[in-house]
Amino acid sequence: MLFKIAWKNMRKSIKDYTIYFFTIVIGVAIFYIFNSLGSQTVMMNVSADTREIIKMMTTIMSGLSVFVSFVLAFLIIYANRFLMKRRNREFGIYLTLGMGKRKVSGILVLETLVVGAFSLVAGLGIGIFASQFMSAFVANMFDADMTKYRFIFSGDACIKTVICFVIIYGIVILFNTINISRCKLINLIYAGRRSEKLRMKNPWICTIVFIVAAIALGRCYYLVGSDKVDISLDGLKWILITGVVSTFLVFWSVSGLLLRIVMSIKKLYYKGLNSFVLRQLSSKINTTVFSMTIICLMLFVTICVLTSAFAIKNTMTANLKKMAPADIEFKVNMNLDLFAGEDEEYSRKQIENSHFNVVQRYEKKKVDLNKYLKESCEVKVYRSPKLTFAEFCGDTIKDVKEQYPFMIVNSAEDIVTISDYNRLMELFGSKKYTLAEDEYMVVANFDGLIPARDQVLSQGRQLNVFGKKLKPKYKECQDGFMDISSKKLNTGFLVVPDDVVQEKWIAEDCLFGNYKAVTKQEVRKLEDELRKLPLKSTCIYASKQEIADASLGISALVTFIGLYLGIVFLLAGAAILALKELSESADNVERYRMLRKLGVENHMLNGALFRQIFIFFLCPMVLAVIHSYFGMQFSTRLLAYVAEKDQLFTATTLAAAIIAVIYGGYLIITYFSSKSIVRE
Amino acid sequence: MDKTLQVEHLEKYYGSRSSLTKAIDDLSFDVKPQEFVAIMGASGSGKTTLLNCISTVDRPTAGHIFVDGEDITKLKGEALNRFRRERFGFIFQDFNLLDTLTAYENIALALSIQNVKAAEIDKRVIKAAKDLDIVNVLRKYPYEMSGGQKQRVASARAIVTEPKLILADEPTGALDSKSSRLLLEKFRYMNRELQATILMVTHDSFSASYASRVVFIKDGKLFHEIHRGDSSKKEFFGQIIDVLALLGGDVSDAL
Repeated sequence: MLFKIAWKNMRKSIKDYTIYFFTIVIGVAIFYIFNSLGSQTVMMNVSADTREIIKMMTTIMSGLSVFVSFVLAFLIIYANRFLMKRRNREFGIYLTLGMGKRKVSGILVLETLVVGAFSLVAGLGIGIFASQFMSAFVANMFDADMTKYRFIFSGDACIKTVICFVIIYGIVILFNTINISRCKLINLIYAGRRSEKLRMKNPWICTIVFIVAAIALGRCYYLVGSDKVDISLDGLKWILITGVVSTFLVFWSVSGLLLRIVMSIKKLYYKGLNSFVLRQLSSKINTTVFSMTIICLMLFVTICVLTSAFAIKNTMTANLKKMAPADIEFKVNMNLDLFAGEDEEYSRKQIENSHFNVVQRYEKKKVDLNKYLKESCEVKVYRSPKLTFAEFCGDTIKDVKEQYPFMIVNSAEDIVTISDYNRLMELFGSKKYTLAEDEYMVVANFDGLIPARDQVLSQGRQLNVFGKKLKPKYKECQDGFMDISSKKLNTGFLVVPDDVVQEKWIAEDCLFGNYKAVTKQEVRKLEDELRKLPLKSTCIYASKQEIADASLGISALVTFIGLYLGIVFLLAGAAILALKELSESADNVERYRMLRKLGVENHMLNGALFRQIFIFFLCPMVLAVIHSYFGMQFSTRLLAYVAEKDQLFTATTLAAAIIAVIYGGYLIITYFSSKSIVRE
Repeated sequence: MDKTLQVEHLEKYYGSRSSLTKAIDDLSFDVKPQEFVAIMGASGSGKTTLLNCISTVDRPTAGHIFVDGEDITKLKGEALNRFRRERFGFIFQDFNLLDTLTAYENIALALSIQNVKAAEIDKRVIKAAKDLDIVNVLRKYPYEMSGGQKQRVASARAIVTEPKLILADEPTGALDSKSSRLLLEKFRYMNRELQATILMVTHDSFSASYASRVVFIKDGKLFHEIHRGDSSKKEFFGQIIDVLALLGGDVSDAL
C-alpha cells in the first residue's frame, strides 16, 4: 500500500517537475563524464608530458567534484524542501486519516529511494553514453590521434558518482524525516489556505538600502576594476563579502522598489495585465531574495569561469603559432665567474665549461648539431652589472615600485647586438631594424611592463652601456621576443649597435634552429633522439613541440574545468528558478482561471505568463552580468600572463552562447510547462 | 430589440447515449433591459449549467442564446472572450478576486484588460467604489477584507465596465445574513439607480425577494415565474415561499 501511494505520487510529480528530474539526471551524467575524463584518454596516443597533464587533470577533476557535489547537494536539498512544502496538504490528509507519522515518513523515504535510483540509473546511462562522444572531443583537445575506438566505462567514476549521490539522498531522507516528525497537523491542513500576506516594504528604507548597496557595489567594482589599486588577499576577501551582502540587499530593496516605481507610472501599471504580472513578480522576488542572491552569484561565477577558460584557451592557441617561430632553442649560461650570484657556488669545472658556447659544448661531446638542424642562428646575450632595470628606469623607479611591488628591480638588463637580433628575425621571419651609432631600442611584449618602459623611453632616457652613452631610437617599446614560448612573457631587452658590447660580458649563448624533419612523426622521432644526447638538460631551453604539448594540455585542462564548473552552476541556478516558478503554477491555475472568466484572451494570458517568467529569469542574470563585467577586468589582470585582452571578445561570445543555450533553454521549458499547467 | 437576454429552447445534455442526463431541457425565457431577475431551483435543477451557458463558459447542446440580439452560441475563440469581456459583468460565490492585487487594482484590472486609458480608469474605479460604498477598502488586499466587502469589490468590478448584463452566481452564498442584506441592497441600487440589468442565480428565497422577477426551474425545465409588480418585498417573499412549497424537493430547506 505504502509503495503504491509512493509510486502514484512519484508519477504525478514527475509530470509536474519534469524539469527538476531532468536537471538531476543531467547533473549525475555530468558528474560521471567529467570524473571519467582520465579513462577516456587511455587509448590515446599522446606524449609522456601530455600523460602527466592528464594525470593532473584527473586529480583536479576529482577535487572539483567535491565542490560540485556540494552544489548539487544544495540544489537537491533545496528543491526537496520546496516540494515538501507544496505537499503539506497531502500529508495533512494522510495524518487525519489516521496514518502515523512513521508511515508518512516511510512514504517519503520510498519516494526518495525511487527518485534517487531512477535518477542515478538514468544519469549514469546518459553519462556513459555521452562519454563515448566526449572522448572524441577530448582527443581533439589534446591533439591526439584516436588510434582505435573502444567502448569506455570508468568503474571508478561510476562508483564515485553512486557514493556521492547516495550521500546526498541520504541527507534528503534525513531532512524529510525530521521535517515530518516536527510538523503539526493543524499547520498541515491549513497550509493551502495560508493568506497571501504581501507586506509592502517601506519605500524609504528600500531606497536607502538600495543606495547603500549600490554604493558598496560601486566601490567593489572600482577596487577590482581599476589597475591603480593593489588588492591584497585579505582585501579581496572583504570585497567578496561586501559584494555578496550588497547583492542580497540589492535584491531585497529592488523587490520592494520595482513595484513602487512602476505603480507610480499609472499609464504603464494600468495597461493590460501589467498590474497582475508585476504583482506576481514582486511577490515571487520578495519570497526568493535569498535564492536570487545565490543564483546571481552562481551565474557570476559561471560567466567568469567560462569566459576566463575560453580566453586562456584561445590565447594559448593563438600564441602558439606566433610565439614559437623556431623549432628549438638551445641556451647556456656563460662566464659564470662573472655572473654568479652571491649565494651560488659553482665547481671549477662548471666555470671552465661556461666559457664555451652551445655549438662548442656539443662538439666537445662529439655531436654535430647540423645533423639535425636545417638552419640555425646564434644570439649572444650580454649583461652589465651596472645596467639594471632600476638603472634603466632612473627617476621613475619609485612609481614602478609602487605599481609592481613584487618586481625584482636590481636584475641586470639583457643586451643583444643589432646584427644578432636581425639575424634572429631573419630566421623568425619578422621585422628587422637599423640603429645609428649612438642609439638603442627596447624589445618587449609583456603587456604588464610595457607601459613602465614606454614612460622611460618617451622621456628620451640616456643610458650608459659598457661606457658608451646611447639614446633611445623609439619613444616606445618595439614588439618582439627572443625566447620561444607559448606566452607573451618578454619583459624587455635592449638592442644596441654591434661595437658597443664587450666579449667578456656575454651572459648567455642561445642557438635557435629549425629541424630537417618535416612531419609530426619525424619531429617526434628527432626530438627523442636529441633528448638522448648528452647535455639535454643543460642545453635545450625549449622546443616548439614541447611548448605545443604543454599548452594544449593546459588549455584542455582549463577548458574542462571551465565547462565542468560553469555548466553545473548554470544548471543548478536555472533549475532553482524553474522549480520556483513551476511550483507556484498551482496557485497560478486559480488566478489564471479567474482572469479567463473576466474575459482575458489567451494570447494576452500567455504574454503575461511569458513576461513574468522572463523577467524572473532576467533579474539575477542582469546583476550577474554587471558583476562579471568588473570581475572579468580583475581576472584579466590576474591572468595577464595567459589570457590577452584581444581574446576576450571571442571568449565572451562563446561563453554567452553556452549560457544563452542552457539558461534560455530552461526559461523556455519553464514557460511551456507552466503554460500547459495553467491551461485548462 | 428590447430584450437584453433571450434564451430559446436551450438544451444541455451530459453523459453518453446510454446514460444521458438532461441538465437543461428545452428552456426558454428572456430578460428585458434594466430588469433584476433571480433564477431559483433546487441543487441539480440546472441553475449553474444555465448560467454557464449564458456566460459562454459552457456550450449548449442545442438552442440559442441571444444577448442584445447577438447569438452567442455562434461565437468562437477570441470573439467569445471579447464578448464576455465587454458585455458581461461577473459576480461569483467565492468572489474570485486576485489575491495579489488590492481592491482598487482588482477593479481596475477589468478596465485595463479592455485597454481603457489610465486616467479614465481612475475616474471610473472611484465612481464604482463610491456607488458600492467601498472607498475605504480600496487600498486593502482581499485577505484584509470581510466577505461582504470582498463581494462588494467583486460587484464594483462587475459594474465598472458598464456591461449589458451582470451575471451573479449565488452571490450571497458565502456571506453572513447582515452582509447579504447589505449586498442585496447594493444590487437593487445598481439595478434602479445605475440601470444595470442583473441575472442572479440563487437558492436562497430571501435573496430572490430583492429581484423584480423570479424564475423557478426544476429538472432543467421552466417551472414557474412570478413578477413582483407593486407588492412589497415582504409580500413578494411570501409568494416565493408559496411557489417553493409547490416546487417541493430540497429547495424548501433553503428557507
